[in-house]
Amino acid sequence: MENAVLRTERLNAYYGESRVVKSVSISVPENKVTAIMGPSGCGKSTFIRCLNRMHELVSGAKIEGKVLLRDKDIYQMESTLVRRKVGMVFQRPNPFPTMSIYENVLAGYKLNGIRLKRSEADAIVENSLRKAAMWDEVKDYLHRRGTFLSGGQQQRLCIARSLAVKPEVVLLDEPTSALDPKATSKIEDLMEELKESVTIILVTHNVGQASRVSDYTAFLYLGELIEFGPTERVFTVPKSKKTEEYLIGKFG
Amino acid sequence: MSDKKTALRLAKNKVFKFIVVLFSLGSIIPLLFILLYIFKKGIGVINWKFLVGLPKPPGVTGGGIANAIVGTLMLILVASLFAIPLGVSGGVFLSEYRKSKLAYFTRLSVEILQGIPSIVIGIIAYLWVVKPMGKFSAFSGGIALGMIMLPMVVRSSEEVLKLVPRTLKEASLALGIPYHRTILRVAVPSALPGIVSGVLLGIARIAGETAPLLFTAFGNQFMNWNLFKPVNSLPLLIFNYAMSPYDEWQRAAWGASVILVIIVLLGNIISRMIVNKWKTRF
Amino acid sequence: MNKERTFRAILILVGMILSLLLLAIFLSLLWGSFPSIKALGWKFFYSEEWNPITNKFGALPFLIGTLVTSFLALAISFPFSLAVSIYLGEYMRAGKISTLLKVTIDLISAVPSVIYGFWGLIILVPLVRNIEMKLNIPPYGVGIFTATLILSVMVIPYSATIVREVIELVPDDLKEAAYSLGATKYEVIKDVVLPYAKSGIFAGLLLSLGRALGETMAVTMVIGNNNKLPKSLFAPANTMASLIANEFTEAVGNVYLSSLIEMGLLLFIVTAIINIIGKYIINRTTVQMRE
Repeated sequence: MENAVLRTERLNAYYGESRVVKSVSISVPENKVTAIMGPSGCGKSTFIRCLNRMHELVSGAKIEGKVLLRDKDIYQMESTLVRRKVGMVFQRPNPFPTMSIYENVLAGYKLNGIRLKRSEADAIVENSLRKAAMWDEVKDYLHRRGTFLSGGQQQRLCIARSLAVKPEVVLLDEPTSALDPKATSKIEDLMEELKESVTIILVTHNVGQASRVSDYTAFLYLGELIEFGPTERVFTVPKSKKTEEYLIGKFG
Repeated sequence: MSDKKTALRLAKNKVFKFIVVLFSLGSIIPLLFILLYIFKKGIGVINWKFLVGLPKPPGVTGGGIANAIVGTLMLILVASLFAIPLGVSGGVFLSEYRKSKLAYFTRLSVEILQGIPSIVIGIIAYLWVVKPMGKFSAFSGGIALGMIMLPMVVRSSEEVLKLVPRTLKEASLALGIPYHRTILRVAVPSALPGIVSGVLLGIARIAGETAPLLFTAFGNQFMNWNLFKPVNSLPLLIFNYAMSPYDEWQRAAWGASVILVIIVLLGNIISRMIVNKWKTRF
Repeated sequence: MNKERTFRAILILVGMILSLLLLAIFLSLLWGSFPSIKALGWKFFYSEEWNPITNKFGALPFLIGTLVTSFLALAISFPFSLAVSIYLGEYMRAGKISTLLKVTIDLISAVPSVIYGFWGLIILVPLVRNIEMKLNIPPYGVGIFTATLILSVMVIPYSATIVREVIELVPDDLKEAAYSLGATKYEVIKDVVLPYAKSGIFAGLLLSLGRALGETMAVTMVIGNNNKLPKSLFAPANTMASLIANEFTEAVGNVYLSSLIEMGLLLFIVTAIINIIGKYIINRTTVQMRE
């Protein structure tokens, strides 16, 4: 396998007493799209929330095991630093309602109290919006509120916002589940382009989406990693019976 | 037979509606009448001199109420400085630690505090501020009013902060923005219209409070800018002048009433407009 | 990390301050009442003589003044506030007129009590005086009756708002079921809405009572401030709150001041209990109806 940028070792995640992620070890290759799929409630969202330490924000949540970002244990690092290196985009688009599009893209800097020169700021905004394939759509409305955009645009704005702080990995937690088919396909195309500059981990319960956009696929079932490998291989010759049943729609 | 019965039922239905409408009108009309009466009596009194002039002794015409306006503003300022920071952070606490035991008691305490008669709050401000300082003062009055405003600010802040979606805070945290900045720069600004509207309602409420000022701010016939001296306020002036036997003073009390009512109504109306127009859309 | 911890610590500290505030108020009032409690004991509650010069402090006239004015005001205002809430909750639920009325009621209830008092002094007092002259009783004008009237007017918007909110919570499907059986609006209100909202309405009354008990300025201005036990409904009297308002700054002497504070303590305890019960009932019915 290629260069692994992010690795988990025997990762367990708990909510109170219940263990929702069970001893998952996985290596995420650099500059690829890795899909985590599985039926809802299989722990896939919880799993990726462990990768940028969002899981610990829920009271009673706990993890065991290791998550290594370029061989450094993220649970030994400052949590805010981890989250800047491992960005996240959520199920529902959530631009900051009090900020303009421009300010939304720069939120990671502004809210952290990092001052930018006007030219730098402009460059970051343009660059991030271009990467999110929406510069042309919004370049004339940069100072309008982000909440006036359509759902798909809002989601791409959120992607731009997470790209702006130059993360190494971006976690996409079912980013299209609240969007219509057209907006969905736009975001799927976008992932293809994005992976040149950033590693993408995509959580999806949509088998088709996993097969369309990912290079590697992991199948999680009831908190356990059932199978992980190149997408083509997983979809054509699954090693596990469970994977096969899931792929042909027997459950989930 | 059954037709008669139905007719009776329908008649009862009509009579009932008539009674409801009658009593509703009977409650709203006197209330509106009170408002109109105040305006009728007071609006003619108000002119520039009335607003910027100082009270004159009884019998002398042309006195103003500038000292009471300044006093009211001072009291509101002290009350706001006390109640807004404490109240908003209390609201943040309650919305962030929603289910904790402490939050339960805090909420209970604040709810009960809201129902305590203002005169009792006046006694407390007397015991806590006036007595130790050995004198009546604008400061003590402001603290009394602040304690009345406090529960209103806490509860309205809590309510609007609870409406800020969790996902918004997560978006901020996921950008590596620390918790305190997430709260102060994402959650609070998103809830700001609601918080401001709650604060305005609180100010409108305390602007008209009289009872707790009787033995804290105390009242003052003269202009006073000193926080640590007794100070007049609009409601205090209305009370004292209304109870006086002098026509001139009673006229001034009507004028002051109109100004006070306008302040209170404006506070309420603006607060409503903020909620309707400037509401954050998530 | 450090900043985050400080921030959280501050939040928790604020929570603690706010929850201890009530306790601190209670303890302060209790502490301030000590000289009076020690000197007067239970006599405070049943003695009817209030004479600072001879150091006699009996609260009975004020207890009675407070209870009579508040309960009477509640009784007088109830049909009105119930009518308003039924009208707004059932007949005119939505629409421009309804919104206008709701806003008006809210605005009116925001008018400061000193202004109601002033109005009462100028309009009601002469009116009552005329009535008294016709009835051949001493025409004070001021007194329990006048205070009750002004209190009722002030309580209407407050209780109407609470009761309306409770009435609006009655589930629509219940009402629709009744309508589909051929019931008239009156029957639906009488047999479905009011029974269903009963406890909430009771809570609304309770909270309004809490309001009335502590109402100070408007009452002070029209009740006549007489510290003797009232002999009739028209007699000048005094309530606890208005006695405090009138005499607190003049109270020289330990027991005098302390007995006024004890009245404050009493008001505090009663309104606190009323609020706890009232809000408990409201919360419970809200949860029930939402389910």
